Amino acid sequence: MPRWLAHTIVVILLIAGISLAFARVGYAWNWAGVWEYRGLLVRGWLTTVGVSLAALAASVLVGALAAVMLRSGRPLLEAAARVYVELIRGTPLLVQLLLGFYVVASAVGLENRYVAGVLVLALFAGAYMAEIFRGGLDAIPRAQIDSARAIGLTPSQTLRLVVLPQAVRLVLPAVAGQLVSLVKDSSLLSVIAISEFTLAAQEVNSFTYSTLESYLPLALGYLALTLPLSALARLLERRFRYETA
Amino acid sequence: MNLVIADLVQRFTDPRTGRLATVLDGLELRTGEIGALVLVGPSGGGKSTLLRILAGLDVPTAGSVAFDGVPLPRDEAALRGYRRTMGTVFQAYNLFPHLTAMENLVLPLVHVHGLSRGQAVERVREPLERFQLAAHAHKRPAELSGGQKQRIAILRALVVRPRRLLLDEPTSALDPDMKAEVLEMIGELRAAGTEFILVTHEMAFARRAADEIAFIADGRVAFHGSPAEFFAATADPRVRGFLARTLGT
Repeated sequence: MPRWLAHTIVVILLIAGISLAFARVGYAWNWAGVWEYRGLLVRGWLTTVGVSLAALAASVLVGALAAVMLRSGRPLLEAAARVYVELIRGTPLLVQLLLGFYVVASAVGLENRYVAGVLVLALFAGAYMAEIFRGGLDAIPRAQIDSARAIGLTPSQTLRLVVLPQAVRLVLPAVAGQLVSLVKDSSLLSVIAISEFTLAAQEVNSFTYSTLESYLPLALGYLALTLPLSALARLLERRFRYETA
Repeated sequence: MNLVIADLVQRFTDPRTGRLATVLDGLELRTGEIGALVLVGPSGGGKSTLLRILAGLDVPTAGSVAFDGVPLPRDEAALRGYRRTMGTVFQAYNLFPHLTAMENLVLPLVHVHGLSRGQAVERVREPLERFQLAAHAHKRPAELSGGQKQRIAILRALVVRPRRLLLDEPTSALDPDMKAEVLEMIGELRAAGTEFILVTHEMAFARRAADEIAFIADGRVAFHGSPAEFFAATADPRVRGFLARTLGT
């Protein structure tokens, strides 16, 4: 059976199952109320896209910096990066957002909640990126560095022409996967009152009292972002697999 | 070439035990005016460590090395300049896996030796054909056989027109037929006048291609002389034992 057919069958069965469940509960749909607030949902969705993209870009920079520090061979830099990675990965994003916005951002006079939110999200994702990048750099065999040196490349040429092109191929699938998490994690920004997608759905719900009609679009809106990213991750994984063999 | 090595010492700190290991222990060697030097000896005896120093990849703890009367530099910037005049090939993983064979050949010419892409492609065309590798130029290393990979690696070292090739067990990771194809290529280069220093376990090839053989064991030169002298009965029991094991006599 071709893969697309298998997927189609599974999705049809899933939709049928969900429809059946709603039919049995006898849920009285009321889409009219939610439709009035569609602009709110669309703006929230766009905010989620924007915030996720900004946080992704920043998290790549943060992760790269931390990965370089982790491999620097200098005890103080290594310790700083290690503490950062473990602290961030070991605590809930919710706590980081609340502390980051109400304590750290306030203390330094950063009042824009969007900037503060993106920064906290970037620091959060950056800790995971750091480990992904470190793994990618560690996977480049020592012999490759030797070959680059033997040819007479400078250290910066070695990084640019030999190490990074290979490391980037190795980590791309994992980075794409991390982006999926980032999009969903951005829903927590609602706790510091950023009007992203999840907060928009909460507001629509409180205006209309149509809970499912408010939250079902939320699920579909996230899927519209995360499914293509997952597909991209799998595609990259397939494409670069043979080169590492 | 003429190679003079005096009191060469190389010590490493073992990262696991933290203990100091002496790999080269006052190694001395003084060759004649020769085209090919072959380094043989037991594993762990210091051959590869010596070749890495000759290639300018590692700096020895003490001692001196001079090619044709010119001592090897010790600071990294000067060593990088020195490495650009040498063609070094390792046992495996020489090629960059993300680049095609052609891109591997062109990379040092463009980024180290200042050729334009067009000039670089032009320069590698003839050698690729001479060694029957032109049909594989567009392939990535993962699509090449072990022997093809090593021959491309030797070409990459060669097309920059180095003073000499330094080859560290270039056939040790290969099947017998691939060994033969790589050794044949080295033999052709030898016949064409390319100077090289080769670390190998291929004793028959060493006998054929070497002007001088140095037997390295326990971080020193245990024997040094012509192939004929080497394969004749020598006094050193380590050489005898080694020959008995490798030649199966």
